[in-house]
Amino acid sequence: MSSPTALPNSSDLVEEHRRRIPPGHRERAEDTLRSARLRLSDLIRLGGYGLRSRPLRAVLSALGIAIGIAAMISVVGISASSHADLDRKLAKLGTNMLTVSPGRTMFGKQATLPDESVAMIKRIGPVQSATATGVVGTVHAYRNDRIPVAQTGGLSVVAAKLDLLTTVGAQLDQGVWLNGATDRYPAVVLGATAAERLGYGPTVYIGGRSWVVVGVLRKVALASELDTSVIMGWPAATTYLAFDGHPTTVYTRSADSQVEAVRGVLAATANPSAPNEVDVSRPSDVLTLRRATNAAFTSLLLGLGSVALLVGGIGVANTMVISVLERRSEIGLRRSLGATKGQIRTQFVAESLLLSMIGGAAGALLGYLVTGTYATTQKWPTVVPWWILAGGVGATVLIGAIAGLYPAIRAARLAPTEALAAT
Amino acid sequence: MNTFGAVVTTVDDAEGHPVIELDDVSKSYPGGVAALRSVDMVVDYGELLAIVGPSGSGKSTMLNLIGTLDRPSTGTVRIDGYDVASLSDRQLSALRSRRVGFVFQHFHLAAGRDALGNVADGLLYSGASKRDREQRAEAALVRVGLSERLTHRPYQLSGGERQRVALARAVAGDPPLLLADEPTGNLDSVSGAGVMRLLHELHEAGTTILVITHDREIADSLPRQVRMRDGQVV
Repeated sequence: MSSPTALPNSSDLVEEHRRRIPPGHRERAEDTLRSARLRLSDLIRLGGYGLRSRPLRAVLSALGIAIGIAAMISVVGISASSHADLDRKLAKLGTNMLTVSPGRTMFGKQATLPDESVAMIKRIGPVQSATATGVVGTVHAYRNDRIPVAQTGGLSVVAAKLDLLTTVGAQLDQGVWLNGATDRYPAVVLGATAAERLGYGPTVYIGGRSWVVVGVLRKVALASELDTSVIMGWPAATTYLAFDGHPTTVYTRSADSQVEAVRGVLAATANPSAPNEVDVSRPSDVLTLRRATNAAFTSLLLGLGSVALLVGGIGVANTMVISVLERRSEIGLRRSLGATKGQIRTQFVAESLLLSMIGGAAGALLGYLVTGTYATTQKWPTVVPWWILAGGVGATVLIGAIAGLYPAIRAARLAPTEALAAT
Repeated sequence: MNTFGAVVTTVDDAEGHPVIELDDVSKSYPGGVAALRSVDMVVDYGELLAIVGPSGSGKSTMLNLIGTLDRPSTGTVRIDGYDVASLSDRQLSALRSRRVGFVFQHFHLAAGRDALGNVADGLLYSGASKRDREQRAEAALVRVGLSERLTHRPYQLSGGERQRVALARAVAGDPPLLLADEPTGNLDSVSGAGVMRLLHELHEAGTTILVITHDREIADSLPRQVRMRDGQVV
């Protein structure tokens, strides 16, 4: 019966037994009263038996966790994928474009830029190109002469320099861009939204005459105001529409490293007599800002996801409480077989952990699939940040432990005699 | 016939102390119900005895105290030489896992596990490896004559076979003390007789066996009877 390898243990109780038990029994005493540890593999198996005995219930309560994790991961994943797409777009569009527009005078009136501002801006060293558009404020564009004057469609009539396209990075969808000939005559190029609203006709009606549509632009990411513009040549606007020739937006491209420096001198260069009446902005910053707005929305959804996760955790706790009530006789039996209170507690916590981790793994997979599907339909790259995966797994472990702890403590507190009496 | 091979009890065990020693033991429950009143009892290694009495006589309380599932209100309980009162929950659990086997009236088998799994899980708290547990479980099932039923689930077994699985679970760890609580209470007379025969065989192999029953016939078939009434040994 006695083991030849008596393990050294100097706890008080064992010492007491050393005194009380005859010499021949000492080693045996230490061995007999040392409760064996449960191996990790046995513990996992034990948790598995408990779940397998009620598979439907296990699946349903794991589903709660899975939905919460899937919601969190897909929310973060979709937003990260959209960011990745934006970053990719920005890299293609470039972040070196600055725009200059007239602000307001000290007395609140609309200011104007001097006619020579474009030429002056071009002389700033790091500026690679500069071009301008001028809104022809007195007229609007219509599909034909039958349209009531009030139905402007929210479109503006804009005079543009010929180098507009290359500077803002716009591309033609149909037709051709204005050239040295067509910019003197009644010919226009339509922005993408303007073409839609004006019905892709061969002509549009502006200021009492028909203008030939020579081309249609694609959407312009960095200058979305061009989408709702009807664009004509600078000389044509002056000739036919009495355009005052003041630029309303100057677009510039600078060397990447000098963008901030250019930004600093741009206002004073565009209007040396009144630099305070000039607004300078960086369109790529606007896109980045929109991204920040999205982030606020994302954290709202993330909050909703964590509520789902909380509800899932309550589901697991509920399942475990019921499980403990139903399995009183199993608990009693295990106690009679020599399970300590701690081992009963560990068993139920392990079961709860296993349950929520199964839910978490399924949720992570589901969240990844949702992100992948959505990103693919949007032609975005699929990006699921590692921190949300790690956070998801961590959350399930935490939820499993918390949800299982109370039922497990109850199970362990159950007196073995009482547990065995419940049949 | 002895089918159990090795003799379990050693000379050391028999000489040092009795396997069960109850000294002036009382147990009362909250509300003033006295389940046991100053009971003295000594059981030596190798005995086969019955605790017999009508329901409410305190015999289940005796089983709980002897099985270290409960502690006495007053008096001393010594099992296998250890004073139950001086041991912690962990130590009592360890004592149960190595020195005491239980058989219950309602079998208490896990429905989702086959016979081999049920018996092997009985050794879970002894610290044996899975392979070791399964080997010993198989040997125990062969001992109780269920070598053909290793992979059967409890619902595929008769009542007598289920109780034999429970018996195999109780003896798989070779405990010197086996406590059987109404082991034939849920069985027909033929299955019951089979289980009693197995208990006799285990006793011949050296295990101390204590049977709790209200059935005088079963009690009289055993070498020693402890009769109880109203919480006292009579």
